[in-house]
Amino acid sequence: MKKKKGLKRIFHKEKQLNRSAAGNGLLFTLMVICGVLMALPLVMLTNNALKPLDELFQYPPKIFVKNPTMENFSDLFYLMSDSMIPFSRYILNTLIITGFGTVGHVIVASLAAYPLAKHKFPGKDFLMKLVILSMMFSQAVTQIPIYMVVSFLGINNTYLALILPAWQYGMGLYLMKQFMEQIPDSLMESARLDGSSEWNTFLHIVMPNVKPAWLTLAIFQFQAMWGNTGTQYLRSEQLKPLQYALQQIAAGGMARQGASAAVQFIIALIPIAFFLICQSNIIETMTTSGMKD
Amino acid sequence: MKKRDNLSIEEKTQTKYTLSEQIARERASYLMIAPYFILFFFFTILPVGMSMLLSLTHFNMLEPPTFIGWDNFLKLFLEDDIFIIALKNTLIMAVITGPVSYFLCLMFAWIINEFNGKLRAFLTLIFYAPSICGQAYLIWKIILSGDRYGYLNSFLLKLGIIDAPILWFNTENYVMPLLVVVQLWLSLGTGFLTFIAGLQTIDKSLYEAAAMDGVKNRWQELWYVTLPSMKPQLLFGAVMQITSSFTIADVSIQLAGNPSTNYAGATVVTHLLDYGSVRYDMGYASAIAVVLFFLMVGTNKLVQKLLRRVG
Repeated sequence: MKKKKGLKRIFHKEKQLNRSAAGNGLLFTLMVICGVLMALPLVMLTNNALKPLDELFQYPPKIFVKNPTMENFSDLFYLMSDSMIPFSRYILNTLIITGFGTVGHVIVASLAAYPLAKHKFPGKDFLMKLVILSMMFSQAVTQIPIYMVVSFLGINNTYLALILPAWQYGMGLYLMKQFMEQIPDSLMESARLDGSSEWNTFLHIVMPNVKPAWLTLAIFQFQAMWGNTGTQYLRSEQLKPLQYALQQIAAGGMARQGASAAVQFIIALIPIAFFLICQSNIIETMTTSGMKD
Repeated sequence: MKKRDNLSIEEKTQTKYTLSEQIARERASYLMIAPYFILFFFFTILPVGMSMLLSLTHFNMLEPPTFIGWDNFLKLFLEDDIFIIALKNTLIMAVITGPVSYFLCLMFAWIINEFNGKLRAFLTLIFYAPSICGQAYLIWKIILSGDRYGYLNSFLLKLGIIDAPILWFNTENYVMPLLVVVQLWLSLGTGFLTFIAGLQTIDKSLYEAAAMDGVKNRWQELWYVTLPSMKPQLLFGAVMQITSSFTIADVSIQLAGNPSTNYAGATVVTHLLDYGSVRYDMGYASAIAVVLFFLMVGTNKLVQKLLRRVG
């Protein structure tokens, strides 16, 4: 550990060589100004969640809360306990859909990205082009054909109807492939000479080297899965995710404004928590080591 | 394992193989890509193929589609005035927000990378916030509210710049510039996070070597070391930017309405959604999607060519 820290300090000194104080000051000021503008929705969400009803209805609306209260959350928890099926079921559904949707996509996309980035085989360029082109076709018109495919496969009204399509998003494959391209060939060549199988190389050399990539992909996919209400495929109430249940509560009209503000807060909070876990892992692992030959 | 050894040596001496030999040699590759591409076939290739075929039909989602050839496309370009407006708006938005957003993503990712540890994670969150908080852009509805209590109106009234509140999203001339501003505010999404991750994977020793080779400041470092080292991410970011800049719709529909005042905020995708989910004319909506597809593919070709020159 100590040795690592020492190295880090040297590296910092080296880096400081190319950094002027004026430049640092300029960048810092810029970030503060822009940061305020960008943080606006976060500030607003948090304040709204803490506003008592009379402040939520106040006109003209104010951004900051005057008398913060947790009432909205207790309202929300009361409504949750009152739902048709136990609320824990919605949470379980979300865990399954979001969990498998995210982890599965990262695995399936990474697995496909590795040969596409690093091996030469017939059809490779064609397949990659197909994936990139497919990202440019509007998803608004493919909804109905996808529904037909889902019905044809007989997975309508199951978790799979949400999970399987999510595993093949083109963006994930493309993202992983781009990062894997940067891994020096010599790394894989030496693994091969050491007698490592392709699967082994993938697991122990490729994946650790592109950790920032798959953590980032996990963030994107988690957001997408978390935001999915699944209403077009899931008819049974027992299968529906938390997002759906929360939005149902929030849509209850005027009397639910308080609970609705709490819902908006929670809907944003979960992906933010996931985001922070992933981001801090990216930074932790990569500050000391870059990719080396 | 021994077999693999021999192959890799063979690979260097002998490069010509027949197709079936190549396929046999790369069996592991095909196994690895199989799960993805089987799913991809079912949930992307088939649906996109079906949509493309539907663009040649009349399909109202109740009766089976009837083949009408190029009629949808002819109608689109020759009779549909609103489509022409939407196309023009989309191109303007894409030409402005595309490059500017892309540049902003890169710039902020790079600046954030200059900060250390915890502060960097925090800044990343703040700047990514508009993309993570659901429909965060609805906040602009309050800021740009058309009455005198909207933040911008009340601010301008107080300063005495205007003497009556402006109906921002109902005034034709303001719609487009405001949508562009909101869209730019929303820029820091996929590309931004990817660039942040990309900056993390750059080999740090490259910077040390560059410093010795006479790179004097951070700007030179950016051009000579950082950008060339993250070319794959730059290409990826460009594709994502194209797909988002050409498909601006939600922001326009939520803020300016669909249809917007005199179609000032109409884009190709709002037009598509109008036909697809309001008028249930799936054939026509698919034709719009096909036109948009070729527009994006063409732009992508051009942009990828430009990006190859970086560094």
